[in-house]
Order: sequence, then structure tokens, then C-alpha cells
Amino acid sequence: MLYDPTIANPNRESPSSMAAAATSQRDLRLDLFRGIALWLIFLDHIPSNIVSWLTIRNFGFSDAAEIFIFISGYTAAFVYGRAMQQRGVIVASARILKRAWQIYVAHMFLFVIYMAEIAYVSSTFENPLYHEEMGIFDFLKQPDVTLIQALLLKFKPANMDVLPLYIVLLLGFPPVVWLLLRQPTLALASSALLYALSWHFGWNLPAYPSGSWWFNPFAWQLLFVLGGWCALGGADRIGPFIRSPYVLALAIAYLLFALFIAMSWQFSALAAYIPNWLSEIMYPIDKINLDVLRIAHFLALAAVTVRFVPATWPGLESRWLRPAILCGQHSLEIFCVGIFLSFAGHFVFNEVSEAVYMQVLVSALGIALMCAIAALMQWYKTIEGRSPGARSKPPDADLAGGEA
Amino acid sequence: MRRWIATLVAILACACAAIAAENPDCAVASHLVSADYPLPRVAAAVHQAHQLDILVVGAGSSTLMGPGGNDLAYPARLQAILAKRLPDVKVKVATNVKPRRSAAEMEEAFEKILMEEKPKLVIWQSGTVDAITGVDPEEYKTTLDDGVEALRDGGADVVLMNMQYSPRTESMIAIHAYVDMMRLVSQQRQVPLLDRFAIMKHWSEAGTFDLNAATRKVEMASRIHDCVAQLLADLIRDGAKLSREQAKPNQ
Repeated sequence: MLYDPTIANPNRESPSSMAAAATSQRDLRLDLFRGIALWLIFLDHIPSNIVSWLTIRNFGFSDAAEIFIFISGYTAAFVYGRAMQQRGVIVASARILKRAWQIYVAHMFLFVIYMAEIAYVSSTFENPLYHEEMGIFDFLKQPDVTLIQALLLKFKPANMDVLPLYIVLLLGFPPVVWLLLRQPTLALASSALLYALSWHFGWNLPAYPSGSWWFNPFAWQLLFVLGGWCALGGADRIGPFIRSPYVLALAIAYLLFALFIAMSWQFSALAAYIPNWLSEIMYPIDKINLDVLRIAHFLALAAVTVRFVPATWPGLESRWLRPAILCGQHSLEIFCVGIFLSFAGHFVFNEVSEAVYMQVLVSALGIALMCAIAALMQWYKTIEGRSPGARSKPPDADLAGGEA
Repeated sequence: MRRWIATLVAILACACAAIAAENPDCAVASHLVSADYPLPRVAAAVHQAHQLDILVVGAGSSTLMGPGGNDLAYPARLQAILAKRLPDVKVKVATNVKPRRSAAEMEEAFEKILMEEKPKLVIWQSGTVDAITGVDPEEYKTTLDDGVEALRDGGADVVLMNMQYSPRTESMIAIHAYVDMMRLVSQQRQVPLLDRFAIMKHWSEAGTFDLNAATRKVEMASRIHDCVAQLLADLIRDGAKLSREQAKPNQ
């Protein structure tokens, strides 16, 4: 859907360089929109941040999480699908699992930062007004349980739910890639069936101390597999459908409907125009289980985007979009940086100032830092690629900027 | 948050309340308190029986720790304010408040509470503990739905009260999903809601109270509880008024 193989012009390939051919197939739109999604996730994760009013969750049903998971599924299937064809099932599966392990380590690193933050606040902040809220510090009083539950991915602090979802999705991904390469329609249908079953039976993974996962992997896998399906030929098949004017009109109509509903959350006067039966059907719009309204909203957004931002769009090469593309190419690192910066930004609000100019400043500075770190990662990749002792990597590893 | 741009009408209507308010600080947020739904049993209790029994069911944020804390907390203040405003009505505000209670634990106790206390109005505060322990938001909503139904079946009007706004712990407790669920229950079941979260957030933004302040003193906490009690009293008065206005055309 976002990747259009017809763009990869075979005439441009030099037969001596497989890597060059692979690079020319890279759809920069994936990196661009994943980079932007990472910025939005950062902005949304700073509580009470005025700049987060600009993010897409306030203008419709879906938010940056859908974009991130879909594109991650797309790139993962693209990279590991190719690896599976070239190096076999074992090697590709091993690489997927290694990636899951890297993400697990990154998640635990973020967890330590979170614990450091609440430990600091618990020792410096006191106010009789908030003794109930101080219950959050109880997790520090029993480190044995808390740490083990965190290692098991059952205890997940606020805003730290995306990486555990990503880990579980990758753990289940090897057979999905295998099936996507052979029977793509069956793979997508199975994914949809699992989604439906998880709704019907209320399947979800358990969380600590109670409840279940905030991103239900049984539901969210649908977007991840859909991304993979598009990457491995599905985009070709539905291309004509997506480009039809009726689909475009339908998508725009749905986006406008979602915009109106989203506006009614801010301006209660608008809510009066929404009939009761519609509210009854619509609410609550379930993020945990990836509500159908959210999927539809994401798909409409994607259809419109693909239509107006073609892969050949020259702007993708412009230096103004370069920072976002770089962030998207180093998504794991930049995701972690974003979560850390959102903690740090909120800390600054509390310790220094909550003034509006400060919120704008912290938001802008945070995005600038994310870009700077992405550039640093890119630089590391260049020097490591050039160092004489480095073993040559298979071409597909670089394809997704080393990221899947 | 949804109501923070309230209609001008509501602001004007509440301006009178602001002038009459005992503590001018509280009035800063009075436009966030609008009685959208009637309280018929309260209206009957005030105007016919001249006796109003209110019960506050809640967790730790419905009380203040320390000596004399209960007298400074909003339930005791509410009794004082209502008694003053309604001199010819016998007002009693009882409490069933225990720290660290989830909404489900409170809901289980409703049957017994209704039998023993027979309140005409239950103010039900919940949410913080559910957010800390990560109760499934859907489950939280079901609990609120069931609880509201049980209380109404048991002969009591209900006012819901949500969490406090707490800037220091905002990045640690994922509270918004629960705030949204309570607002949804309020709309769907037509239950008046004291949106404490939005009110306190407004105070914080307007600089009325410094909610970031680290202190052991109960001074600011008691002022906030006093304001919460005043806004609750406004909400109860307006809800009762609304049900009398709605009853008139039928008579």
C-alpha cells in the first residue's frame, strides 16, 4: 500500500551491485511517516503538553501508534521476507528473534529510567493532598515482585506499552513471514480471524498488578500483519482499488466524519448534533483492542496519503524532510530516545516551569534532539560500514537502515 | 478536558454562583461545574421531607490524613456549607471512605450501605486506585455502570466524582483512560459528574493553587477540599433545581 514496486525501475540497477538495487527499492515514505509517528508519540507522551494538541489523535480516531505498528510490520516483512527467500527459514527466523531480544533490552533500559524517576519523585515530593496518588511508589517498596513482573513484561509503567507489543509481535512473526511468502491471502485471513476471535473471547495477555495489556497483541497483530502483507505483494494487488476515485471519496468522507466526532470531544456544543444511537454504537472507541473505527481511520488516512504523496515525490529527497526520514530509519533508538525525552520534558515542566513557551520549547528541543541522535546513529553506521575489519553484511540488512 | 471550553451560557449562569461563593478562589473553576442532569430524589428530600441524607463513598482522596483531617476534608465541609445554605433542611453527610479502594471494592459494598444508611444522594469518588493498579478500563466502566444502577435502584441519586489532577505523578499513572470512562458513564446514564480532574487542572493552569508544591502542611490541601465541597454544593443545588424545573410542566 505504501510501497509501490513499479517505482523500482530495473533500468537504474547496475547488475554488479545488488546493494544499489536494493537501495533504489527503498520507499522513503515509510521512513518519513515512521519518523513523523515517532515525533507524535514523543509529543503525546508528555502529559499536559499544549503542543500535543496538534497531533493526529485529536483530529480523528487513530493515532501515531497505528502508523508505527503498520510501518514496522511492513519493513519487518520486507527485510525478513527477503532474508527468508535468500538465506532460508532458519536464518531469517533467528534474525527476527535477535531483533525481538534487542527490543526487550531497550525496553528494560527504559524501565530503569522510569524507576529512577519515580524513586526520585518519591523521595522529594510530599503533599498530604496526594497521599492516594503516592500509592504508585508502593512498587518501589517491593522490588522483588516489581522487577520480576517487569522482566516478564507483565508490569508495564504508563506509556511503556508499545515496545512489549512489538516484542510479542516479532516473536510470533517467523511463521507469519513464511506463510505470507507462500499463501499471502491465507496469512491475512488468519490474522483477521485471530483479531475477531480475540474480540469474541476477550483474549489478552495478563498484566501486573491487575488488568491486561494496554495494546492487546491478539488485536494489534492485525495491523502488523497487514503491513507485512502489503510489503510482500499485497500493495500491488490492491493498488488499482486504492487508486479508484470512489475509494478516495469514501476515505475522505470517513476522515471528515472522524474529524467532526473528534471536534465534539473538545467543543461540547458539537456533541448535541451526534444522535444518541450513534454514540451508543461508537463509544467507547477501544484503543486496547484496536477498535474497527480506528483501523478504518488508519486505512483511510493511508489511502489518502498514498494518493497525494507518491513514492516518486521529489520532496522525499529534500533536506527539509531528511531529519524525519533519518528518525524513521533508526526507529528503535529514536523511539527510546522519545520516551526518555518525554519523561525528561515532564520533569522540566514540574521542576522549572509549565508556562506555554516552556512547553513549546521542550517539544521543539526534544524533536531536535531526536533528529540529532538519529544523525549520530547514521554516522556510526557509516564508520562501522567503512571500518576495514567489518564483515560485509547481506544487502538486505542495510535496506531498512538496519531496522525492521 | 472536554468541557474546558464551556459554553458562554454556562459561564454566565455560574457567574451568580461565583459571587455567592464563600471562597473566591473556588469560583475560578465554577464554569466547569454544570448540572446537566437532574437529581429528583434530592429535590424531594429538600423540598418535601426537609431532610437530606448524603453519603460519600470514596477512597483516599476523599479524606485528609493526620489529626483533624476528617473535619477539613470535603465531606465535612460539604455538610457545613449545605447546612448554611439550607437552614430549614436537616442535612447530614455521612462517609464511607477507606484509602486504597478500587471502584469494584466500593461497588460490592453498595448493597449493605444502602440498607444501613438509606441515603438520598450518594457521592461516589473513584478511579485513582484503579489507574495505579491498571484495572482494565472496560471493566472499570462496567463497575461504574453497575454501581450507578444499584444505587438508583436502591433509592438514591448519584453524583460521580473523578480523580484529582496530580502534575507530579501525571507521567506515572495512566489516568486519562479512566477519566474518559467516567465521563462516558456520566453521559450515557445521565449522572451529574463533579469533574475534579478538569477543575484542579484549571486551578493549576490559572495559578490558583500550586499543585506542584512539596509540603507536609495540610493548609493548601484543606483549601482545595473546601473548594471541592463548594463546587459539589453548587452542583447539588443546580441538579435539584433542574429536576424541579423539569417537573413543573407535568404538573
